[in-house]
Amino acid sequence: MAATQETIDKVKEVSSTYKYGFVTDLEAEKAPLGLSEDIVKFISHKKKEPKWLLEWRLKAYKKWLTMEEPNWAMVDFPKINFQDIYYYAAPKTKPKLNSLDEVDPELLKTYEKLGIPIKEQEVLAGVAVDYVFDSVSVATTFREKLAKEGIIFCPISEAVKTHPDLVKKYIGTVIPISDNYYAALNSAVFTDGSFVFIPKGVKCPMELSTYFRINEQNSGQFERTLIIAEDNTYVSYLEGCTAPQRDENQLHAAVVELVAMNNAEIKYSTVQNWYPGDKDGKGGIYNFVTKRGNCLGKKSKISWTQVETGSAITWKYPSCVLKGDDSVGEFYSVAVANNAQQADTGTKMIHIGKNTKSTIISKGISAGKAQNTYRGQVQIQKNAKGSRNFTQCDSLLIGDKCGAHTVPYINQFTPNARVEHEATTSKISEDQLFYCLQRGLDIEQATSLIVNGFCKEVMKELPMEFAVEAQKLIGISLEGSVG
Amino acid sequence: MSLLEIKNAELKLDGKDILKGLSLSVNKGEVHAIMGPNGSGKSTLSYMLAGRDGYELEGGEVFLEGQSLSKMEADERARSGLFLAFQYPVELPGVGGISFLREAVNSRKKFLGEEELDHLAFVKEVRKVASKMFVKDEMLKRAVNVGFSGGEKKRFEILQMAMLKPKISILDETDSGLDVDALKIVSDGVNAQRNEDNAIVVITHYQRLLDYIVPDFVHILSDGSIIKSGGPELALEVEKNGYAGLINAA
Ligand SMILES: Nc1ncnc2c1ncn2[C@@H]1O[C@H](COP(=O)(O)OP(=O)(O)O)[C@@H](O)[C@H]1O
Ligand SMILES: [Mg+2]
Repeated sequence: MAATQETIDKVKEVSSTYKYGFVTDLEAEKAPLGLSEDIVKFISHKKKEPKWLLEWRLKAYKKWLTMEEPNWAMVDFPKINFQDIYYYAAPKTKPKLNSLDEVDPELLKTYEKLGIPIKEQEVLAGVAVDYVFDSVSVATTFREKLAKEGIIFCPISEAVKTHPDLVKKYIGTVIPISDNYYAALNSAVFTDGSFVFIPKGVKCPMELSTYFRINEQNSGQFERTLIIAEDNTYVSYLEGCTAPQRDENQLHAAVVELVAMNNAEIKYSTVQNWYPGDKDGKGGIYNFVTKRGNCLGKKSKISWTQVETGSAITWKYPSCVLKGDDSVGEFYSVAVANNAQQADTGTKMIHIGKNTKSTIISKGISAGKAQNTYRGQVQIQKNAKGSRNFTQCDSLLIGDKCGAHTVPYINQFTPNARVEHEATTSKISEDQLFYCLQRGLDIEQATSLIVNGFCKEVMKELPMEFAVEAQKLIGISLEGSVG
Repeated sequence: MSLLEIKNAELKLDGKDILKGLSLSVNKGEVHAIMGPNGSGKSTLSYMLAGRDGYELEGGEVFLEGQSLSKMEADERARSGLFLAFQYPVELPGVGGISFLREAVNSRKKFLGEEELDHLAFVKEVRKVASKMFVKDEMLKRAVNVGFSGGEKKRFEILQMAMLKPKISILDETDSGLDVDALKIVSDGVNAQRNEDNAIVVITHYQRLLDYIVPDFVHILSDGSIIKSGGPELALEVEKNGYAGLINAA
């Protein structure tokens, strides 16, 4: 913390030289270390944002100052020094490499195991080759097709300029700036993320994937995404990438807000494979995400599917607020924690409207000395008559140094509703492994097969091409944990 | 050279002697039956041959086509062509029958240096073999052994055997829990695979199975070693007089 005052002084010093308080130095690549009101202004200025957004950010910053870091999660890590983080760096294009020979061989090995084609490997690793430009043109065609349907899919920083009314109307309505410590921080300093708008009556003709988001640059550690589905719409959104992702920033605190109107359906799938750190967790990413969907309309539906294999620490509870009558919330999750990884993840299903339904299927896999916690809340409010929830939490332990924990909170305020909770804990049995080995599978194939069998109910919710890769990914992240 | 040669096998479980100098020699083209009362060490013998953890020999040796098995892991032995039909097949929740079979067959093909079948060709092949075993498509789509009846489990074991085309198959009490119709289906499945290049060791408690799978040799296993060997007539003797008479005579 010693640097704090110094940093603030330094920023002030720099800022005072500008005409509009603190702006216009277009040369500065990075904001000075630490966080202050001036840093928030700097970010907003750099992104040429309208005044309302700057004010919104500042409000969030002030709120954040009054808040405390949550400490209820079953995760253990040294206290983060928020003044020791850079909050803005000019969007960097990845360093260009000349061929795959220059890429970290560890990374290549994983690409190969995932079965990623060479061309795509080169794109992922940032190799400068001609067809990188092909992928841009693919993205352009893709975008034109969407535009024809009236669908907006672009970086949120761009939407702020091209569709300010929509952004202003919805940002922070699902996750208010005061929601929690990390959400407040994100609201103050968010870098970029996706914006999706599906106009009335449109079924989005293809999966929207971050991969195709044009002008894609590193979205940074404070990503912010907003998806709005108007009446009678459908959209499926894919976030992440099965390829291992490294980042020099240790703290990631994203916010994702979803809004579903009458009869709208949003399917949001994530594969998270941030660097988990070495065997002792050193150097791994802290992934503190807030994700929530508002089922505002009647018969609306929001479905979260996640496969979490990366990060040193995962703190994440994608949730649904079921306001509209007959609305549906779903949460399908696979969380793998190996070595020193810690995962505390789950969901909240808040039933407000009548006859609302929610389903929670959580599969936690722990290996090494990892700790894996499912934390879930099901709340049935007074007017949510006829509502139902079904929760199933299964834990699979590999070895005897890891742990699995299930922490369900159920608050039911009307008798006229049904809440069911099932939980199991199992181990990969010696019998199962021997049976597979006897059929000629090696120990890693056997583990991967059994683990993927365990996760099947969740995997089948993933879009096909994602599911195949995610399956391999789970196998890879558990390598060396058995035998 | 024998296909399978067991020489003076000795094995302890939990400090207790279970196999006490067991020897057996199996040639290509032969079917051997090993009969013995409960607890005589039949399953232990099959696990030992398959290379299960904890079933390592204390003494003696086993050779598959002249190669010692002692340094080979269970999966290597399987890929080399040793198959065990389990007395109690294990459930694999969520693991589809077809995918499981496919991984197994491809592992073996890779070992043999054969081309792996693409998905469609593979499914076609499985269906062909499965229909002979009266294994329905619906069963192949289910998770391996989950919710299978006793008979279905055994049929699925023999289907795997047919797909893997092993050199030596050990069938551990494949007849247990089967009614007469199921017994006939399973036996037909096994008989269809008999040929001059492979061998089968049928482990059973009852003579009944041997009416359907007729062995060339019958061995009586008692208290960890083979006390008597003979032709199919030995099985009839067991049927008539029980194990007690034979054991006392030995
Ligand atoms: N894991 C074990 N630890 C100790 N003893 C065992 C174990 N498994 C089997 N046994 C004993 O070994 C003997 C042979 O068992 P088994 O091979 O299953 O016989 P069978 O298949 O002929 O009925 C029995 O006395 C049994 O109790
Ligand atoms: Mg037995």
